[in-house]
Amino acid sequence: MSAPLLELKDVHTRIGAYHILHGVDLVVPEGQVTMLLGRNGAGKSTTLRSIMGLWSASQGTIRFRGQNLRGSATPDIAERGIAYVPESMGIFSDLTVKENIVLAARGARHEGDLDRSRLSWIFGLFPALQTFWSYPAGKLSGGQKQMLAVARAICEPRTLILIDEPSKGLAPSIIRNLMAALGELKQQRTTILLVEQNFLVARALGDTVAVMDDGRVVHTGSMADLAADEGLQQRLLGLSLAAHQ
Amino acid sequence: MNANAGPATATTMASIPRSSFDGKPLWLLLAVMALAVPAIGNPSSWLTLTVAGIAMGFIIFIIASGLTLVFGLMDVLNFGHGLFIALGAFVATSVMGGMAGLADHGLLQTLMAIFTAMLVAMAVAGAIGWAFERAIVRPVYGLHLKQILITMGGMIVGEEIIKVVWGPLQLALPMPQPLRGAFYVGDAAIEKYRLLATVIGLLVFALLTWTLARTKIGLLIRAGVQDREMVESLGYRIRRLFVGVFVAGSALAGLGGVMWGLYQQAVSPQIGAQVNVLIFIVIIIGGLGSTLGCFIGALLVGLIANYTGFLAPKVALFSNIALMVAILLWRPQGLYPVTNR
Repeated sequence: MSAPLLELKDVHTRIGAYHILHGVDLVVPEGQVTMLLGRNGAGKSTTLRSIMGLWSASQGTIRFRGQNLRGSATPDIAERGIAYVPESMGIFSDLTVKENIVLAARGARHEGDLDRSRLSWIFGLFPALQTFWSYPAGKLSGGQKQMLAVARAICEPRTLILIDEPSKGLAPSIIRNLMAALGELKQQRTTILLVEQNFLVARALGDTVAVMDDGRVVHTGSMADLAADEGLQQRLLGLSLAAHQ
Repeated sequence: MNANAGPATATTMASIPRSSFDGKPLWLLLAVMALAVPAIGNPSSWLTLTVAGIAMGFIIFIIASGLTLVFGLMDVLNFGHGLFIALGAFVATSVMGGMAGLADHGLLQTLMAIFTAMLVAMAVAGAIGWAFERAIVRPVYGLHLKQILITMGGMIVGEEIIKVVWGPLQLALPMPQPLRGAFYVGDAAIEKYRLLATVIGLLVFALLTWTLARTKIGLLIRAGVQDREMVESLGYRIRRLFVGVFVAGSALAGLGGVMWGLYQQAVSPQIGAQVNVLIFIVIIIGGLGSTLGCFIGALLVGLIANYTGFLAPKVALFSNIALMVAILLWRPQGLYPVTNR
């Protein structure tokens, strides 16, 4: 297994009176796609938000390249090269697609400062973004918004990308487009921590997997092993891959 | 640039409506002006009242624009905004008083004195705004009730400090001689100062619009008004941005205070508190956080106040509240609601 880029040890997060994460241990190897699976309410999104500092972990360590992130402000964490695509997508609806991208490219003051070759690559992954470049992002369809959300995360080189349920609520054809784009990122050895409910997506993209339940990681291993073991899937996720095929 | 873009254009273009500007609030503004013509009867009176209403609207816009961004960006209800208006007006009495000899010696000298007063007032209000944000607003982020109480308290303390510095009595802020009087268009009298207020208001609106639309800072402000958490996730320190907006908003309130003081030709420590209600009506009408909404709302308030003051003075007392109720019945989130709020 590659060296861990991100490592969580005994991370606890409380939101108001609720104790959501009960000691999460998680390793994200560099250059791989790590899938974070689990039923609704298991703590997957809270784990991503805790890594980003959007909810502060009350206990434990979150090490990124060996440095503890816990207690750091969200902008400081983002500046280390960590991009975040929230479940809500976080699109600025009143801004155009172009403005959303310019904002995400921290080094760019305006469109002319964007890296043209990278932009061409993004347009290749998501052609609709080029078509609607000057349109308000709020006018895009759900799938196009998700593409914009991912495009924002990759419009500059990032060390780690956190993506929260990108396939949620999308039509199968859009999911296929998105998977193709994420597959290309995987081929380029981009490190991704991906929360996903769709097991077929998880199986197609994941190198390693961590399964969460009740605010803890209850299983880690290779995605291939989990995909091959129906009994394990049934026990951890309450599903059978065969039933999805 | 990309071979795949062509087919996507053909298949998806039809599914998304073309982006269109929502012009209904602008039409409402024009409709109010048009309806006032037969109601007032005399075209000269209508022109005089309309110019007066627009000038008043511009001054209110200058004061309120900072407040709407402060609310939009950080969800902060700053009921102490009136303090910066009062500060601006009082600083103007000192600067204009000190330059009284210069101010009455021709239009150029008068304008120089007024612009000096405006710059000093903006600097003082901006500096006090910075201290106000650090000492009073920062501890109550996210706590609306406490924000209302502590910012009102801050304004009361500020007013008392103004009384200590400038005295408790109302001070005169006389209009310099070259700006007194009016131009005549037919029988319609258009006061010189109102024209100046309109020009300054237009400049501020243009500068604000340009900043918000064309600069990265403006982009960040617009994005922050919609989703500040996401802006932080992209690596920007929104609190620093907020402090900048708070200081700029306070400075604009100081500028508005100078203009409002000259408009009233008198200033009292409560001048800000008196305008506060009007400002909140404007930003609620406009849609909290919306600069364009604030602009249209301020013009509507200025026009309605002047028209009803002429047609039915007793109605003028509650005309702005009635306007707010009518607008909110039509658009509950204001004229230009900010997405995601």
